[in-house]
Amino acid sequence: MLFICLEEIVLITTQNMSTILKVNNLTKTYNTDSNPLTVLNNVSFSLNEGDTFSIVGSSGSGKTTLLGLCAGLDRVSNGSVELNNIRLDDLDEDERAALRNKYVGFVFQSFQLIPTLTALENVMVPLELRGEKDAAKTAKDLLNRVGLENRHHHYPTQLSGGEQQRVSIARAFSNRPKILFADEPTGNLDEATSQKVEQLIFDLNKEAGTTLVMVTHDLELAAKTQRVLTLKGGKVISDVVN
Amino acid sequence: MQKINWLLKMAWRDSRRNRGRLILFISSIVLGIAALVAIDSFGENLRTDIGNQAKTLLGADIAISGTKAAESTTLALFDSLSTEMSTRYDFASMVNFPKQEKTRLVQVIALDGGYPYYGKFNTVPEYNEAQFQGGQHALVDKAIFTQFKIKVGDTIDVGEASFKVIGEIISVPGRSSIGSAALPSVYIPMAYLAKTQLVQIGSRVEYSYFLKTPETENPDSIAQFLKPQLEKKLLRAETVASRQAGVSRAFDSMNQFLNLVGFIALLLGCLGVASAVHIYIKDKLSTVAILRCLGVSGRQAFLIYLIQISIMGLIGAILGAILGGLIQQILPIIFQEFLPIENITTAVSYTAMGQGIIIGVVISILFALLPLLGIRKTSPLRTLRASFEESDSRFDPAKMLVYLLIALFVIGFAYLQIGDLIASVIFAVGVFLAFLILVAVAKIVMFLVRRFSPVGWSYVARQGIANLYRPNNQTLILIVTIGLGTAMIATLFFIQGLLLNQVALTGEGEQPNMIVFGIQPEDKNAVATLAKDYELPLLQQVPIVTIRLEKINGKDKKAMKQDSTRKISRWVFNREYRVTYRDTMTDSEKIIKGEWYGDMNDKDPDKIYISLSDRIADAMEAKIGDELTFNVQGVRMKTIVSSVREVDFTRMQTNFFVVFPTGILEEAPQFNVLVSRVPTMEVSAKFQQDLVKQFPTVSAIDISQILESVEDILNKVSFVIQFMAMFSILTGILVLISSVALSKYQRIRESVLLRTLGASRRQILFINALEYFALGALATLTGLLLSFIASFLLAIFVFQITFVPNLWGSLLVFIVITGLTVFIGMFNSREVLNKPPLEVLRSEI
Repeated sequence: MLFICLEEIVLITTQNMSTILKVNNLTKTYNTDSNPLTVLNNVSFSLNEGDTFSIVGSSGSGKTTLLGLCAGLDRVSNGSVELNNIRLDDLDEDERAALRNKYVGFVFQSFQLIPTLTALENVMVPLELRGEKDAAKTAKDLLNRVGLENRHHHYPTQLSGGEQQRVSIARAFSNRPKILFADEPTGNLDEATSQKVEQLIFDLNKEAGTTLVMVTHDLELAAKTQRVLTLKGGKVISDVVN
Repeated sequence: MQKINWLLKMAWRDSRRNRGRLILFISSIVLGIAALVAIDSFGENLRTDIGNQAKTLLGADIAISGTKAAESTTLALFDSLSTEMSTRYDFASMVNFPKQEKTRLVQVIALDGGYPYYGKFNTVPEYNEAQFQGGQHALVDKAIFTQFKIKVGDTIDVGEASFKVIGEIISVPGRSSIGSAALPSVYIPMAYLAKTQLVQIGSRVEYSYFLKTPETENPDSIAQFLKPQLEKKLLRAETVASRQAGVSRAFDSMNQFLNLVGFIALLLGCLGVASAVHIYIKDKLSTVAILRCLGVSGRQAFLIYLIQISIMGLIGAILGAILGGLIQQILPIIFQEFLPIENITTAVSYTAMGQGIIIGVVISILFALLPLLGIRKTSPLRTLRASFEESDSRFDPAKMLVYLLIALFVIGFAYLQIGDLIASVIFAVGVFLAFLILVAVAKIVMFLVRRFSPVGWSYVARQGIANLYRPNNQTLILIVTIGLGTAMIATLFFIQGLLLNQVALTGEGEQPNMIVFGIQPEDKNAVATLAKDYELPLLQQVPIVTIRLEKINGKDKKAMKQDSTRKISRWVFNREYRVTYRDTMTDSEKIIKGEWYGDMNDKDPDKIYISLSDRIADAMEAKIGDELTFNVQGVRMKTIVSSVREVDFTRMQTNFFVVFPTGILEEAPQFNVLVSRVPTMEVSAKFQQDLVKQFPTVSAIDISQILESVEDILNKVSFVIQFMAMFSILTGILVLISSVALSKYQRIRESVLLRTLGASRRQILFINALEYFALGALATLTGLLLSFIASFLLAIFVFQITFVPNLWGSLLVFIVITGLTVFIGMFNSREVLNKPPLEVLRSEI
């Protein structure tokens, strides 16, 4: 492993390939009943296309908040986030939704499949939103790719946890995203299933050349990414390139 | 276009696993729409039928009537203007049924000529004019046939003459059955009227003349030509057109009332829509958050569910319209008693169905919009944090617009039904206030339970009570829906009871229960002696004089009409006043203005001080000191208003608008009334028979007869009201079922979790039962309180009767609605109790 200081990483990443995600002095503060609560404090980093990146830290360190801000699911209090060179804080909710549909894929710890849609329909949603004509064919191919050939027409409640997460992965890659955000993707799965799911994410990521941003508790999984950012109390305490 | 297709596709896909819930949503509006469509179709058919059968409403081209017989010159004029003419005299009199040993007050109708010229008497056996007019024959109303079990061929005594019953009257052109229920009719030929000796000076008779005009003449022109001459003779003319307009107006009012009852059902349905969609959408927010993550805009997410709701609203409205079309087939049967026309058509009104469908869709969307609007602001962050909730504090103009549209809809729709803007606003404000009170009660309950949670109770009891305020509680929505439904249903129930009680109370205790009237002055003492022979108390013996009002402060009807500053009702000049004279007041009246002058014997004979009741004083706009000029059987008499009395007209005794002092009217033509109390119905029957035998012109009526008639009428009216209220009650129950059934989704995960943690079936049952009991009880109690307020206001201001809270009725409503809430709640929980936890979670998405 090669340890280098944070400033050098920023310099290295910005000098080379084209930047897909740029986080600048990002701060997030919540107004609570008593005092304002800062959950992220002055976080900066940037990622190039195709990078794999993980955010680790203990519970309450601000990992999920950072992921949500990077994906445009929430608004920053200070600083900025640029996704594919577009400043997210300049966009309204619907513009950010359109941006997500175009560039972003998601994998969640609790799968977040739409319970009223079949596996196939869940995967088709991002494609149909983009107005793609062969949505069904693409979605079927993806479901076959993740090993769910016989589960196309099953509803989420009829699938196991591992199967649900595979549907979720197929959906995340369906719109050929430039960046994939994964929030504890194996957090709800047993070890054997976790390994299969991890493998699937990394394989598909490689095939599609997608940038991967992953929040995890699992340091072994984090070690499989090119770069690991560690948070504590909302601050970056280390940024390591593997 | 592609976007719309996708939205439609998503709306359909998403609905697949939720059809059961969506059916509950549409069920709320089906009955409301059905009621509206049925009533509108019925109204439309009725208007058409009134138009088609217009001539049979009157039975002639022109009907002229008044309380004075037309003189020979006037009759000659009528004769010259018509091709055929019939005369009819109507008056109330006692009729004796010797075979049955019964007497009864009836409307005696003496008839000559070929009336009716349009339509026909519907009798059994069939009416034959020649047979009827050819002897001392009588046609008797079916109500009397039923009451006294008389048969064709029986003999009845009308005054001094006997008549053979030759037929049972089923219906008569222009008269509704409900009218004959109050005072059934006996028809006799005019030629034999004199034999009865019932028509004497001072008798109250309605004289009618029916004209058949030449086909080349316009009856309305003739009526217009006759008008000035008839007014002078105190007669009035009616033509087919004016009768049709009058009947249409009367039935428009009836239709408005029915529509208002239907509207209440619809409002309950709206409430059902709002609550069902609220709970449905609450469950959908996680799906919306996922869609937002995947790139769906707030507007698109909103549209997906709006499409779903609109389609379900459309299906509900169509089902409602079809049901309304079916119900409409039976409405004529229910309302037949109230209608003066026969064979009402039951054609399907496509206009009414179309309107019903549009209204159904509009209300579904309008009342679903409030919960639906929340979708637009659903944050995708919910996918990362399940507990995330959007702050709802910001002012939302769209929500304000929806509130405004709902208010406009309620006022606008009520206006369409009532036709009075102020009444519509009052109605809308009333509903809104009731809504606010229920919201306040729910909030206070949640606050109090949270603040004073019973610490010492067992876990299951605490859990059941805590469910009232914990996240995902259903307190607000259920208290509002159940409470408002209870308030509407209970108000109908209470008012009906109050009206029936009012009549029943009249004859209780030591109150008088018999009135003998039409006693000629020479029979006064003999009648009193007969009463004493039967040991009946002489509670009141009252002389009655018939007079007319000519002038108020020197101005006659015409002058008053021209005075635009005064709004005196026209009827104060047109009616006949039956007045009395006495020196003391009765216990049913008290002076509210001025001073009582009872005796004129020692006072200035030019100053006759009279007393008016408050109602007639208001109608005349008369003040103390005003001069009223009366025509006392041809003698003009100037009087001065000296006092205004408040009179309890609901008492079974003689009450008067105008009371003269003693010493003025003693010599005027008059008759007497005797008020008494009979101990039993047997004594009453025997006394009345003796009375009719000895004094044929005297009539008697006792409270049991009035009660019988009023009960008969009220039973028919209340059946109609109950039939209409059934829509509200059934909708209320459906709203209750859907609210409680949908709320199970709020509790199901929790109950399953408790089951998983080892809670017994009994414990979960108890927790759920306690929560539903608390909700049902609180909502019902608040609803009852609201219905007390509404019934009190209606009783005092609309029906002008005393409000007595119906405590047993309230207890019944409380038990039924609370019991129903607990039952439905428990019924919905059975799945959680009977199936393995995982199976429940998997099936209940």
